[in-house]
Amino acid sequence: MSDKMIDVRDLRVSFGAKEVVKGVSLAVQRGESFGVVGESGSGKSTVLRALAGLNHHWSGEIDFDGVPVGAKRPRAFFRKVQMVFQDPFGSLHPRQTIDRILSEFLAVHGMDDMDGRLNRALEAVALPQSVRFRFPHQLSGGQRQRVAIARALIAEPKVLLLDEPTSALDVSVQAEVLNLLAHLRESRGLTYVMVSHNLSVVAHLCSRLGVMQHGELVEQLSVEDLRARRATHPHTRELVELSRSLETPV
Amino acid sequence: MLVDIENLRIAFESNGKRFEAVRGVSFKLEARQKLGIVGESGSGKSITARALMRLLPPQAQVTADRMRFDGIDIQSQSEREMRKLRGGRAGFILQDPKYSLNPVKTIGNQIAEAWRTHNKGGKKEAREAALDLLEQVMIRDPKRVLDAYPHEISGGMGQRAMIAMMLAPNPTLLIADEPTSALDASVEAEILRLIDELVDTRNMGLLLISHDLPLVSHFCDKVSVMYMGQVMEELAAGELAQAKHPYTQGLLNCLPSLDHPRTDLPVLTRDPSWLEEKAQ
Repeated sequence: MSDKMIDVRDLRVSFGAKEVVKGVSLAVQRGESFGVVGESGSGKSTVLRALAGLNHHWSGEIDFDGVPVGAKRPRAFFRKVQMVFQDPFGSLHPRQTIDRILSEFLAVHGMDDMDGRLNRALEAVALPQSVRFRFPHQLSGGQRQRVAIARALIAEPKVLLLDEPTSALDVSVQAEVLNLLAHLRESRGLTYVMVSHNLSVVAHLCSRLGVMQHGELVEQLSVEDLRARRATHPHTRELVELSRSLETPV
Repeated sequence: MLVDIENLRIAFESNGKRFEAVRGVSFKLEARQKLGIVGESGSGKSITARALMRLLPPQAQVTADRMRFDGIDIQSQSEREMRKLRGGRAGFILQDPKYSLNPVKTIGNQIAEAWRTHNKGGKKEAREAALDLLEQVMIRDPKRVLDAYPHEISGGMGQRAMIAMMLAPNPTLLIADEPTSALDASVEAEILRLIDELVDTRNMGLLLISHDLPLVSHFCDKVSVMYMGQVMEELAAGELAQAKHPYTQGLLNCLPSLDHPRTDLPVLTRDPSWLEEKAQ
């Protein structure tokens, strides 16, 4: 087994005639947390969706755990790789109870011990058992995002793909969810790829990051280098400057 | 005094249960002053601003000892008077331009419509005014945007168009309710800088509603921190670092920081005593 969990080489995605991801290559080590930052339209979410198998029209090579994957993913793939979306309001079925939402994956994959798995998943995200019989609208935004994370965890995946997992949340709730994600990664040895426009959130959760601009990955660096102002690409410097100037109160 | 609110209370009743969403909020805003109202979702910051423009649904029970805008008693105005006020002397910028622009009308026509509602003039004049306003909000290619539909422009551009529309009648107060939370961090700063500049050059007052405490402190003179329908603390924007209330401190503390890494972010512990009613 190689120690690369994810290996992407020359990934290209086009919508119609417009190429939105222009040859992105990156590798994420097993157990590593890799962040992707960039402005809207830079192609960062498109990269993540291609990784997740949500976009079938890409070219290049993507390996997960040393195994190349194609456009359409086999069922076993989703036991290894799961995704958490930005908006907990939009990503949970409004007319299904949490119980139903969480058990769907288990049913599809014919997994046993449904009850135990459900309870363990809820426990992992620090939600009480009582939420199983609630509907999404009866939960707060933070609780909903925990449900979304629990749904991803129920597959017992190796990789979590996180698309702006906290940007729809209040800062106090964001702190809770970020702590939760950090603990889960440590205790389960998960590999993360997180997309965010918030540099300080990425720096908090990730050890390495890539900066995207106009569909290209213009720089990859460690968070240490980022903090020590060793970024070399002008766009990275711009983002750092902006983040610094806005995060400190006057 | 531009805005003077004293002991504002807003309650909703549903299924026979009464819920007080705003409980005795008071604040004052002088002309040319910038006030930020900050709080989490559900703290009552948005409905406070909406109450000032009387934009709440009829089932909302609004009471206040005093609610004045530019010397006008908001509570006793007729609906007709209020309509003149809204978008006239007070502009209101909402969160997401995708939902607040009319999708089947060009940007130019929408701005021209706003202009004609509050100014006298023909179609041609209105169009020229719209072009001028788009230039004022620093749109690079105003002629193109004038004839573009909302889906043809970016979010940041849409928010600029919204601001242009609000500037048309020369308001004395600008209310901005999370004007940048649908936008990118880089565009966010641009839009806030633009609002800041316009407020300064046009001598307007600004009421900026946001959940981002450090951000607001850059663009306001003073900040009012709300929690569960009450103002926890009001302080000068420059004194944010010396905030006394544990809620304000907690909000500042739980932000991840680029320069000061921490393994765990401190989580806000909510003290039940914050909920106790302050104003009697």
